Amino acid sequence: MSDLSGGPEVAVEATGASSAEQFVRRDKSRLERFQSFLHRYEVGSSLIVLAITLFAFSLIHGRTFLDAGNQSTVLQQVMFFGTLAIAQAIVILTAGIDLSVGVMALLSMVVMGRLAVDTGLPAWLAILCGIGVGALCGLINGVLVIGFKLSPFIATLGTFAAYGALVLYVSESQTIGIFDLEEKAPFLKWTGESITIGGFIINPGLIIMLGLFAIAWYALKWTAWGRHVYAVGADPQAARLVGIRTDRVLLSVYIVAGVICGIAGWIAIGRFGSVSPQSGVDANLDSITAVVIGGISLFGGRGAIVGALIGAVIVGFVRNGLALTNLEVLWQSFAVGALILVAVAADNWIRRVKA
Amino acid sequence: MSTTSTVTPVLEARGLVKLYGSVVALDGADFDILPGEIVGVIGDNGAGKSTLIKALSGAVQPDEGEILLDGQPVKFKNPVEARSLGIETVHQTLAVAPSLDISTNLYLGRERRRRGLLGSVFRMLDKSGMDADAAKHMNDLGILTVQDIRQPVETLSGGQRQGVSVARAAAFGSKVVIMDEPTAALGVKESRRVLDLIADVRSRGLPIVLISHNMPHIFELADRIHIHRLGRRAAIVTPKSHTMSEAVAIMTGAMTVDDVTNAQRAAGT
Repeated sequence: MSDLSGGPEVAVEATGASSAEQFVRRDKSRLERFQSFLHRYEVGSSLIVLAITLFAFSLIHGRTFLDAGNQSTVLQQVMFFGTLAIAQAIVILTAGIDLSVGVMALLSMVVMGRLAVDTGLPAWLAILCGIGVGALCGLINGVLVIGFKLSPFIATLGTFAAYGALVLYVSESQTIGIFDLEEKAPFLKWTGESITIGGFIINPGLIIMLGLFAIAWYALKWTAWGRHVYAVGADPQAARLVGIRTDRVLLSVYIVAGVICGIAGWIAIGRFGSVSPQSGVDANLDSITAVVIGGISLFGGRGAIVGALIGAVIVGFVRNGLALTNLEVLWQSFAVGALILVAVAADNWIRRVKA
Repeated sequence: MSTTSTVTPVLEARGLVKLYGSVVALDGADFDILPGEIVGVIGDNGAGKSTLIKALSGAVQPDEGEILLDGQPVKFKNPVEARSLGIETVHQTLAVAPSLDISTNLYLGRERRRRGLLGSVFRMLDKSGMDADAAKHMNDLGILTVQDIRQPVETLSGGQRQGVSVARAAAFGSKVVIMDEPTAALGVKESRRVLDLIADVRSRGLPIVLISHNMPHIFELADRIHIHRLGRRAAIVTPKSHTMSEAVAIMTGAMTVDDVTNAQRAAGT
């Protein structure tokens, strides 16, 4: 080092210290500690909201709310948009959003209904075709986002309208009622059958939803694909630099979302007891709300899939609790809308956590 | 200017040419690095330094010229190919995913699966194995202040994050590690730590290409210094043969390497 000549930079040599300089630290306030806690335990905030929701409605309604029959009703309502929330969660983890999950499910549903009831195709085959339609819709979303470089918001806003029109076209705006289903394709509404376990009524659709949550959890937590989904959402450039083929990961995410929506279409038939192009109008909003309340960040790369399940249950309880108060349905939508805004604001606050 | 030809360079480039439209970013550039040495690369902005580095790491495909790895001609279609041949790059924009933990980041893009059916059919990751090895790599380089291998990278300081990047390169680079401005975003003491880390990696026998704007850092660590100017190698100097101001003079074109030699002779050194 003897021949270093001149220049103010030369005096860089540190004197033995090997760690970054430490500032004097003041203790964190309670609020800041709470913020750090929520940042560290992603599911924490959703569990707190769930506890508050249950507590509040139990106080207001008492027995009627806690009654096993009522709880079963909530779970039955959750099974449809809860399934959509899985698809939504995976897309949101990549820092995207899918506004078309609801209509993809409806399109799959009317395809299943028309094929099974009107053309006499075996129900299981009709269901597979419906799920295939979901996959195709997801593929189109993916191609728009990756191939045409549209923002996910715009791409799926467009397909939301387009798929919605296809729902009306395929169904000819007609509802296939419960009697037709009963007579020609009872397996279509199998997802809504009742299985009674100790006062609780469980539907196959609910079990399918929980199974899909389990699969999604495994895929996200225990496979390389899952890690790549998070990496693409957290920092796409970094993901590309370490050799992840980000386009492939994104495309697979949109297709998987489409498949899950297709399965949700089957669950919807059980949930509503009919194949109606008008059903499930709130499902889109509810699925996004479930994901965001569940602590999955809209900015991508952060959150756990189990949060979406807790979020879906919260939305179900809020809707149910308000329904029991005999308020008009519009106030349910108002409440869910308010909930999503609070959740996004909370997400912003939690992400600003200081080390 | 030429190196002793008895040793085969680990990585060598001959006459690289790269055109961007009418701009000649590389104009017959040569490069070589020998086993176990640190080669510093300096050059003014726009000298074609980063294009050279991108060509060596596979991010850019040269229009002409050849790249030799251990004396064998190679062609990289992309960075993944270069990496699979043992050339690791530490990028200036720290390629780490902030919300993911250290272990996940170390193995990102090259995850290891469990043995048997769990791995082949269910694609299950060997998390405990990767965590243990990640901890070992971090310990080997003395990045001990990181207590928890499952800690999200965003909770680390800038220097520690750079440490994760360096550890990743050192763990997987079998031939050469290329470091692009590893201290550019760091404070004085954090830089010191990363420099120690780089020296450590070299002492384990891995040759390093070090690109930096910071002359003292280059002169402290490099065995030889490649001065890049106008799309080609203007000179190779060593910290012993030349001073920083001479290197800067060659880099900016104020003097040629011969001018410097003559001046040194005249001064009697």
